Amino acid sequence: MTFDFTTLAFLGFAATAAIAALATITSRNPVHAALWLVLTFFSVACTWIVGGAEFLGIALVLVYVGAVMVLFLFVVMMLDIDLAPLREGYVKYLPVGLLVAVVMLVQMLALIGVRAASAVPLADNAATGADVPNTTWLARALFTDFMLPFEVAAVILTVAVVAAVMLTLRRRGGTKHQDPSAQSRVKAADRVRMVKMEATRPMPPAAAEGEGTP
Amino acid sequence: MSNVVSALTLGHFLTLGAVLFCISVAGIFLNRKNVIMLLMSLELLLLAVNINFVGFSRSLGDPAGQVFVFFILTVAAAEAAIGLAILVTLFRNRRTIDVSDIDSLKG
Repeated sequence: MTFDFTTLAFLGFAATAAIAALATITSRNPVHAALWLVLTFFSVACTWIVGGAEFLGIALVLVYVGAVMVLFLFVVMMLDIDLAPLREGYVKYLPVGLLVAVVMLVQMLALIGVRAASAVPLADNAATGADVPNTTWLARALFTDFMLPFEVAAVILTVAVVAAVMLTLRRRGGTKHQDPSAQSRVKAADRVRMVKMEATRPMPPAAAEGEGTP
Repeated sequence: MSNVVSALTLGHFLTLGAVLFCISVAGIFLNRKNVIMLLMSLELLLLAVNINFVGFSRSLGDPAGQVFVFFILTVAAAEAAIGLAILVTLFRNRRTIDVSDIDSLKG
């Protein structure tokens, strides 16, 4: 049984991804778990690049490793979590969890017929067949057939940003805020009160007069 | 055909997806009390689905699969942002992220 370089690289990355995923779900410290998850994502991105999906591999590294996992690490480190009670029940649910996972894995592998699917090599990369890079190939589909879903995805991201800000925004009592709309709405009459007075100078008190002269 | 795995096949991608999916389901069982670990397992679950999409897209020569992965990445990023925001709010109000402590609504 001989392996070509592509398959060897895929197997190496896939093994790394599986081991890192196992380390993710078993590590006690959420920070370690997040770092192992970064390794999982990176290895899977490598398998995608090996498999010919270069754009998605790079996007996975940028979006997940660069943004989402940093957000996870940020939140994990910001919250001061007492980890001891969270580990209760871990051993209790370990056998059931492992049993369900293993049975599911066997069922899936039987269902997809790994041996049959492994017998036929992948077809030539469709993007290479059309003589365009993977990104161009993907962009042609994305900006023609999938234009409306693309716009909807942009709206979803915007809504998510607004929702995340609104959820975590809080107004503490006793702090001073500027209200820009009230600032621009204000009229001169609200700030300055014109008072009609007589044009006579009131008599200065004696103390003020003595203070003014050296 | 003795050298079954001499070239990259669809089975490689499907097996990797299945393995990661089962690991993340086990992770949801095991870290049942920790909301952060639950969110991480969810991300892993979505990643496993994405691997299947990429494999089938490559196998069938159809860009729709990879475009769908793109959308799943978008929705997963939005889900992570909102989930973590909820988590921060929860921790601020209850001083805990234990799922079994969040039982104010006695269902």
